[in-house]
Amino acid sequence: MSAKLPYARRALGAFVTAAAVSVPAAQAGEVEVLHWWTSGGEAEAVGTLRDLLESEGHTWKDFAVAGGAGDSAMTVLKSRAMSGNPPAAAQINGPEIQEWGELGLLANLDAVAEEGNWDELLPGVVADMMQHDGHYVAVPVNVHRVNWLWANPEVLADAGVEMPTTWDEMFSAGEALREAGYVPLAHGGQPWQDATIFESVVLSLGGADFYRDAFVELDEDSLKSDTMIESLSTFKRLRGLMDEGMPGRDWNLATGMVINGQAAMQIMGDWAKGEFTAADMQAGSDYLCAAVPGTEDAFTFNIDSFAMFKLDDEAAQEAQQTMARLVLEPEFQQTFNQIKGSIPPRTDLDMSAFDSCAQQSMADFQSSREASTLVPSFAHRMAMRSDVQGAFFDIITNYFNDESMSAEQAAERLAQAASLAF
Amino acid sequence: MTSQVRDNVIRRRTPGAKVLRLVLYAVLAVAAAAYLLPLVVMLLTSIKPLEEITPGTLLSLPSDPTLAPWVKAWGEACTGMRCEGVGGYFWNSFAIVIPAVIIATAIGALNGYALTKWRFRGSELVFAMMLFGCFIPFQVVLLPMAQTLGWLGLASSRSGLVLVHVVFGIAFTTLFFRNFYVSIPDELVSAAKLDGAGFFRIFWRILLPVSAPIIVVSVIWQFTQIWNDFLFGVAYSGHDTQPVTVALNNLVNTSTGAKEYNVDMAAAMIAAAPTLVVYVLAGKYFVRGLTAGSVKG
Amino acid sequence: MTSSSTSAASRRAVSGPVRGRRSSGGLLQAWLPRLVLAPSVAVSLFFVYGFMIWTFVLSLTSSRMLPSYDFVGFGQYARLMANERWWVAASNLAVFGGLFVAICLVLGAVLAILLDQRIRQEGALRTLYLYPMALSFIVTGVVWKWLLNPGLGIQAMVRGWGFDDFAFDWLVRSDMAVYTLVIAAVWQASGFVMALFLAGLRGIDDAILKAAQLDGASLPRIYWRVIMPCLRPVVFSAVMILSHIAIKSFDLVVALTGGGPGYASDLPATFMYAHAFTRAQIGLGSASAMLMLGGVLAILVPYLFSELRSRRHD
Repeated sequence: MSAKLPYARRALGAFVTAAAVSVPAAQAGEVEVLHWWTSGGEAEAVGTLRDLLESEGHTWKDFAVAGGAGDSAMTVLKSRAMSGNPPAAAQINGPEIQEWGELGLLANLDAVAEEGNWDELLPGVVADMMQHDGHYVAVPVNVHRVNWLWANPEVLADAGVEMPTTWDEMFSAGEALREAGYVPLAHGGQPWQDATIFESVVLSLGGADFYRDAFVELDEDSLKSDTMIESLSTFKRLRGLMDEGMPGRDWNLATGMVINGQAAMQIMGDWAKGEFTAADMQAGSDYLCAAVPGTEDAFTFNIDSFAMFKLDDEAAQEAQQTMARLVLEPEFQQTFNQIKGSIPPRTDLDMSAFDSCAQQSMADFQSSREASTLVPSFAHRMAMRSDVQGAFFDIITNYFNDESMSAEQAAERLAQAASLAF
Repeated sequence: MTSQVRDNVIRRRTPGAKVLRLVLYAVLAVAAAAYLLPLVVMLLTSIKPLEEITPGTLLSLPSDPTLAPWVKAWGEACTGMRCEGVGGYFWNSFAIVIPAVIIATAIGALNGYALTKWRFRGSELVFAMMLFGCFIPFQVVLLPMAQTLGWLGLASSRSGLVLVHVVFGIAFTTLFFRNFYVSIPDELVSAAKLDGAGFFRIFWRILLPVSAPIIVVSVIWQFTQIWNDFLFGVAYSGHDTQPVTVALNNLVNTSTGAKEYNVDMAAAMIAAAPTLVVYVLAGKYFVRGLTAGSVKG
Repeated sequence: MTSSSTSAASRRAVSGPVRGRRSSGGLLQAWLPRLVLAPSVAVSLFFVYGFMIWTFVLSLTSSRMLPSYDFVGFGQYARLMANERWWVAASNLAVFGGLFVAICLVLGAVLAILLDQRIRQEGALRTLYLYPMALSFIVTGVVWKWLLNPGLGIQAMVRGWGFDDFAFDWLVRSDMAVYTLVIAAVWQASGFVMALFLAGLRGIDDAILKAAQLDGASLPRIYWRVIMPCLRPVVFSAVMILSHIAIKSFDLVVALTGGGPGYASDLPATFMYAHAFTRAQIGLGSASAMLMLGGVLAILVPYLFSELRSRRHD
């Protein structure tokens, strides 16, 4: 992986050396960081942050807990909080940040935010998510776009179809692809993946405002509406485009099906790019990326962020503030996001070193910010509290797997789940 | 002892009996294959290069076997920002398991002894009460235990984990030892009591020497349970005291990265090696220990 | 029956110079057993019962991410009863637990009886059947997930051998996923049950066997009428250990099916974990934990009852 980014790493190396020489060592603090980035690529990506932090004289104590996109890590975090010694920094995403903030356990990052001008750098939706009670308590690391459609151009060409831009085109392409012997849509039947597809369908058929009403406001009327019912039926129709072995399949295996030409397309967030890159494929030529049909001018985001916990040790506090500052600085953002496949949450950076899909992503990020079509991904815990999201997952995945459940029933249950939230 | 009777009862030298014996061996062989299958799959996968791991090739022999996945799993795979494999975590696991097993076994032995040879009013009730600890699902006690460890100042420390495992191991070890000592004749102990020997002396001189089988059972059981534990290990460890199960989980459950199945399998086998060794070497003592009365009411 | 010389020897071995030790030491000796047991009792009271009570208290609150003491009566239990996923999990436990225990018992008994026939390779075979118990349920789940995956595992392999219609896709079918849990769990634990039965068989008094043989009973009849009843205590121990494994089954579900497809193979332990932790619903999770513990009690109390009863008959 590193061989692909010689420029970035050299630049980083130079910066690190310069920083080590020029920054006077303040109080050297220790930061214990809880996260779930454990693959080789991820480790490398977040390792750049550690290098930067250590060049400023502080120490990074790594505490990684993989599994369930943060499920295990969050459980450990709760356990640590209960025992009275939370880590200095933890990867906490979405509305959960506010829940931790409500418990009064998070440290204030306003000083760093003012210095770094976060209010201007970050889109409103993102900035709000990082704050509790008007104060910054977390720093966003990256922005993933979830409503992507990936495709293998050779497979498409072989079956004589184009990249679909509407659902009708998707279904007719699906027929042609089946005839040609391919799996039209690769998918892994896990609740979060089912939800990932579903939310994009809702976004395309209902628009950003409807999406927000349903998934952020949890408005029961929206959840019971005809638009929702139509979304649910379209969603279920998509099952006909998938192969039989899809239940339980991991997402990267589904991407693998697209890579090796078994399947034509996959609806997945842009972390899928990592798989394509690892297979030595080039964006635009070896694989195609486009917005999910009907969502071209909307952007569903999934943001990884670090929240800082209140600590007594002054040196550690300083290390925390330094870390927060470093996260949003250009050097880290450039290196990290290129490795990770995401884009920076700040819109003022030079994107020329990024691949074409990332550049497209950034352009859409900016335009959707202006058009107010930037929405949080409910499938990735950005939109609502975890208990409601969990209930929604149960309903959606059950509906998807159960032939006898109708769209009306599912919609009814969604509305019920929203109302039962304690 | 019983084999002589068994000889008369079973080995009738008729052709029918011979056929039956062949069938017997066949059944056992099929069962052996079924039990071995997953292990074989793990081994084969762990020595294949990644390109050879494709659908349908589960049991096929590798055309290009390599030990690279094992080397990587031991010392180079990423378990977080550290890419040092799972080898380094062995020390953490041993540092937790060994004290916990020793302490829990010792306490269980004394408890079993006290409950059976020094019965007092209510001792059966005490035993029943302690037995309940075997059944509590660990998820239930996760948070209260966290709070308790915090109060005790043992959060995220190795001693804290040892305490947790001892606390929840006592129920099992007491059960094993109590069931074992129940079948040791009381006369031995009462004779000694009459001669004026004390509590510990009797334990040390009379019961402990014959306890070898059940000590083995208890140690094997505890070792396996604690070594394979993930939940407590991940929740109560700090960044430098994580046991090997946490490292394995981090290695296998990468969230958005590539999956190297051969390295995963190699790592799983490395992590399971100590318990496998214990079962293979001490397995016969395990059965012997169970025979010596631990299973009977 | 000890001869006088033996008792003298034991006396010397144990008590040293013979002298009356009935003074102050006597009271201490009487209390020593209780003192020895006291720490364990205290630990049990606090860590087991104390935590259970705490969990019960939490099940009466509206705790979300971390415990809070905002009481809502039995509201959480009401929500639990109305939760479809809970009922799926509970019925799955009955199916899984029942099948797991029954099949392990039968398989363990059969293997033990077969192994008891003075097989040449008994030691090796015994180790072979026993080793799965050494593996953690996570490893078991991961490997069986592979084996049972229709595209990667046994189905693909058999189809590769030419049997194109062979289907073994239980893992991806909502109605059959629970049975995959049974397969993996039985694989893991049946060796242990076999060891228990083998130990039990070896411990049977040969006088009984000889008597039966003298009566001219056939081999199967001997096993069924004479040996199996003697093994009743073994069966009980096995059932206790197996049901405890079944109730605690968490790692296996997470690793093998993830509770899926959908939540078709969910079990109470994973339900509790998902709600208490992942979904920040500690109140509801605690309620489900109490019901789970209630189920444990339902099995444990009868056993203890019979255990204590049989003690008195000794």
